[in-house]
Amino acid sequence: MRIDKNTIYFDNPVSIYSTSSIVGPIESKSKYRNYFDERVDDDMFGEKSYEKAECKFQIRAIQQLLNNAGLYIDNIDLSISGDLINQIAVSSFATRSLNLPFIGVYNACASLGEALFLGASLIDSGNYNNITCTTSSHFASAERQYRFPLELGNQKTPTSQWTVTGAGSILLSTMNNKTKIKGATLGTITDYGVIDVNNMGAAMAPAVYTTLLKHFEETGRDADYYDCIITGDLGKFGSSLLKQLLSKDNIQLSNHFDCGAMIYGDNKKAIQGGSGAGCCSVMFGGYFYKLLQKKQINKVLFMPTGALLSKDTSLQGETIPSISHAIIIENDEE
Amino acid sequence: MNNYLKMVEKSSPKTKMLPTLIMAFLVGGIICCIGEGFLDMYKTYFPMLTEVELRNATSMTMIFLGVTLTAFGLYDKIGYYAGAGSIIPITGFANSVMSPAMEFNREGVIYGVCSKMFVIAGPIIVFGVTASVIIGLVGMML
Amino acid sequence: MEVFIRYLQVFVTGGLICFVGQVLINKTNMTSARILVLFMLIGVVLEITGAYSYIVDFGSSGATIPICGFGSNLARGALKGLEENGFLGAISGGLSSVAGGLSTVIVSSFIYALIFKSHSKKF
Repeated sequence: MRIDKNTIYFDNPVSIYSTSSIVGPIESKSKYRNYFDERVDDDMFGEKSYEKAECKFQIRAIQQLLNNAGLYIDNIDLSISGDLINQIAVSSFATRSLNLPFIGVYNACASLGEALFLGASLIDSGNYNNITCTTSSHFASAERQYRFPLELGNQKTPTSQWTVTGAGSILLSTMNNKTKIKGATLGTITDYGVIDVNNMGAAMAPAVYTTLLKHFEETGRDADYYDCIITGDLGKFGSSLLKQLLSKDNIQLSNHFDCGAMIYGDNKKAIQGGSGAGCCSVMFGGYFYKLLQKKQINKVLFMPTGALLSKDTSLQGETIPSISHAIIIENDEE
Repeated sequence: MNNYLKMVEKSSPKTKMLPTLIMAFLVGGIICCIGEGFLDMYKTYFPMLTEVELRNATSMTMIFLGVTLTAFGLYDKIGYYAGAGSIIPITGFANSVMSPAMEFNREGVIYGVCSKMFVIAGPIIVFGVTASVIIGLVGMML
Repeated sequence: MEVFIRYLQVFVTGGLICFVGQVLINKTNMTSARILVLFMLIGVVLEITGAYSYIVDFGSSGATIPICGFGSNLARGALKGLEENGFLGAISGGLSSVAGGLSTVIVSSFIYALIFKSHSKKF
C-alpha cells in the first residue's frame, strides 16, 4: 500500500529469511569479526585480479547464504546484486556462474537499499518466492578505479574513508521469519553542492537528512519509534554532520548507528571509517540481523547511503549528488 | 545550501599541522642527504666526470631507488608518514611513474603498463618540456 | 666537521622545500601530481631568475634532488642549447638535459612493472 509519494507499506510484509557476510583481511580484525560468517586472509582470494577476487566474494556470500538458509540454488528465483565497479561488472560476472535470473542495481553504496526495496516489492507482488540481494565492494578495485594506484605514496585527506572489502547477501522470502521488511521510504537524489571527492560523508549526509525528514512526515513516526536508525557509510564526520543538520529541525538522534563509523572502530588508518557497497551489507547481514533475531532490537530503519559520482564528473567540476533509501525492518510482535 | 557548505567547512577535521610538517622535513632532508652521499661516492670513484654529469648520475640513481622501493611496495609506506617529504624529492616522481605502471599490469603490456605509466607523472613532463621550450624561444628573441 | 656541516646544509635545504610542500598539502588538499607540477615550475622560475645557483651552492643535493632540480635542469638545458645551437638547441636543449633521468624512470619502471604487481594493503 502506497501511503504517500515516497513511502510504501507492504501488504504482505516480506521475511528476511537469512543473511550472510564475508569480509577481507582488514575487516577480519574488526571488533565485529565474530559476527561475520567467513573471514578471508588474502584480499586476492586466490584469484588473478582484484575484480575477480570481488566476484569470488559475491559468489561465496551467496553460497554461504544458501547454507545458512538450508536451501539449494534451484530454490532461488532471482538474484539482485550491485557493486561499485564500472558497469557493475562484478555483479554480472559473479551471477554468470550461478545461472540465475539477474537484476543488476546501482546506487553506489546505497545499492543494498535499492535491492531490498525491489526484492521486497517483487515478493509482495506474489510472483516470486525467494530473492537474494547481494552487494560487495573491494578496497583495491575501488581504489584503482576512483582514486590512485595502490603504491602511490600520498597521504589520505582527514575526511576520507576506507573502502570495505567484503560482500553481504540477504535472502528475502515468502517463508516465515519473525524479522520482516514492513515498508520503505525511497530517497530522492540530493545535492547540497559538495565538491570534494574525499569527503563522501559530507556529500551523503544531506541525502539521509532529506529521506529521514520525508519518512517522518509521511509515516507520522518520530525517531524514538525505532530502536536503531542505521545509516550506511556516512563515517564519523558524516554522522556528526547529519546530527547537526537534524538539530536545526529539533530532532535528536540518540539511536543512530553508522555501519561505516562502526566497522573499523577507532583505527586511525581508516580515518573516518568504512565505505563502499559492501560496508552496510556485511554490517547489516553480519551484525544487526543477528541482533534482530535475538530480539535485542526490534524496530530498525535501515538507510544505506550512496554518492552518485563518477571519476569523470568530478574532474569536470560537478558536485556530488547522493541518495539514501530507508527500509523499515521490524520483528513480528508476539 | 550555502549554509551547509559553510557548516562542512567549519566542522571538517583538519590535518594535524605539526607532526606532518616535522615528518615531511625529516624525510625530505634524509632523502636529499642520501642523494648527497651518492654524489660524494661518484665524485671519488669517477673524478673525470663534470659537476653536471655527476649530478645527473645522482638523480638517475635516486630515480632508480624510488622505482625499486615502489616495486617492493615500500614507498607508499614511507609516503603514509612522510607526505610531501617523499613526494617532492625526485624519488616521488619515480614513484608516481612506477605506481600506475605496476597497478595496471593486469590490463596487459601495451594498454596497461605502457599507456598508464604517465597518468600521474604526465603533467610534470608536459609542463616541464613546454616551459623549457618557451624559455628557449623567448631567450632567442631577447 | 666540514663534511658534517655540508650534510646539515643539504638536510635543511631539502627538508625546508618538503616542509613548504607539506604546508600546501595540508592547507589546500592538493594531490601529489599538482604538487610535483608546482614545484617543478618553481624550479624553472628560480633557474631563469638566477636564484637557483645560489641555492645549489648552499644546499647542493638538498636543492637538486627535489623536483625543483628537474625543473631547473630543463630551463638551464634550454638556455644552454640556445647558446650552442641556436633555434634547434633552444627546442631540444631542455629535454636532452633531463634525458638521463627520464630514460631511467621509463626503462626501470617498465621492466619492474612486468615483474611486480601492486601489493595488498593492510593496516
